[in-house]
Amino acid sequence: MKYIDEFRRKNLIQRLSLKIKEITPQGEVKIMEVCGTHTQSFFRFGLGGFLPPNIRLICGPGCPVCVSTQDYIDQAIQVSQEKNTIIATFGDMLRLPGSRSSLEREKAQGADVRVVYSTLDSLRLARHNPEKKVVFLAVGFETTASTIALSVILAKQEKLRNLFFHSSLKLMPPALAHLLKDKRLNLDGLLCPGHVSAIIGLIPYNFIPRKFALPCCVAGFEPLDILEGVYMLLRQINSNNPRVDNQYSRVVTRKGNLAASKVIREVFQTTSASWRGLGEIPGSGLKIKSQFSEFDAKRVFSLPKNRLAFSAQQKSCRCADILKGLITPGECGLFSGACTPDHPIGPCMVSKEGTCSIYYKYR
Amino acid sequence: MCLGIPMKVKSINGDFAQVESGQLTRTVNIQMLPKVKAGDYVIVHVGFAIEKVDCQKAEQTLKLIYEIH
Repeated sequence: MKYIDEFRRKNLIQRLSLKIKEITPQGEVKIMEVCGTHTQSFFRFGLGGFLPPNIRLICGPGCPVCVSTQDYIDQAIQVSQEKNTIIATFGDMLRLPGSRSSLEREKAQGADVRVVYSTLDSLRLARHNPEKKVVFLAVGFETTASTIALSVILAKQEKLRNLFFHSSLKLMPPALAHLLKDKRLNLDGLLCPGHVSAIIGLIPYNFIPRKFALPCCVAGFEPLDILEGVYMLLRQINSNNPRVDNQYSRVVTRKGNLAASKVIREVFQTTSASWRGLGEIPGSGLKIKSQFSEFDAKRVFSLPKNRLAFSAQQKSCRCADILKGLITPGECGLFSGACTPDHPIGPCMVSKEGTCSIYYKYR
Repeated sequence: MCLGIPMKVKSINGDFAQVESGQLTRTVNIQMLPKVKAGDYVIVHVGFAIEKVDCQKAEQTLKLIYEIH
């Protein structure tokens, strides 16, 4: 398939692998790949085998399901228990453990929980079920936020009265700024997310080389993209000239998709948001503006704010440290014993893009 | 979750386009890409085309990997 196959060419991968070996400096080189889709590609294509052993790739907080808070899941579960309500959600959210249940368990017990591919499906659900309230679980970063914002506008144009959005949408640059303040990370480079950048462009990353003197490179998701991204970071590291490189220039432009950014600004305003593992980060979340408040689930449903007690197992879960890149899954006492993809305890084991789930699959 | 697939635009009908990749055909929203036209490749994310693929830049990237790096 065009723009996929040619970026998986074996001879070019081998060539790039050799070039990477030639320019890799001595000692450990720590590169964080921010995006869960990067982590997934990295393991799926066995790219570790093409890198020198002293390059260490560390997974970052770029999996929206994983950084959703316990409160958010508990709220979604509570809404699912209300009569005449349909929960519409991306599939990854289904198995996420709340304090006492999951949406999957609620569905098994009769709750109307529908897995959708697109927010547009939730508009269709609302249209076809006028007697019910449809609540869409709006999770994701800038990439997904643009599609959800446009869906809110379309719902308003259509005058849908029974569709609501429960926003846990999050923004990547403020989270990166927060993460990089943690000196324990001690990174040498940052591989930035390709499709978030398709929306926001390159400019929002400028603070990374300026303030933290850290090389960064936006990269695509095919094997050649990721390897070339690493190569471009190594060049920056060697020349001691941190900047924002763009490996994914076939999709990402300097200013990003202005129409998409405009749609996000029209529907949402920034707000403080809680990230699992990272805590409360000012300006890192998106909430629905008052002009669109009739679609805000927070206005229509009374949602519990107090976290229910964690179980003893949940208390020993170390997803928080994994999301910050401080430990690898093997260093968590629950990994592959008490916590497996069949019985996930923490969110990183649930999502297909969760670090623990990926490590489990490819270990 | 930010998964995006490059797909070819076959035809456009208002705010929506028929796109395809291999055997897969889908209808996607194209309102965030005002200038898209049939024959273009777009990145599709959860039912929306979020950005055009620049074919010249794609060639340049491959050329750079082959010749210069």
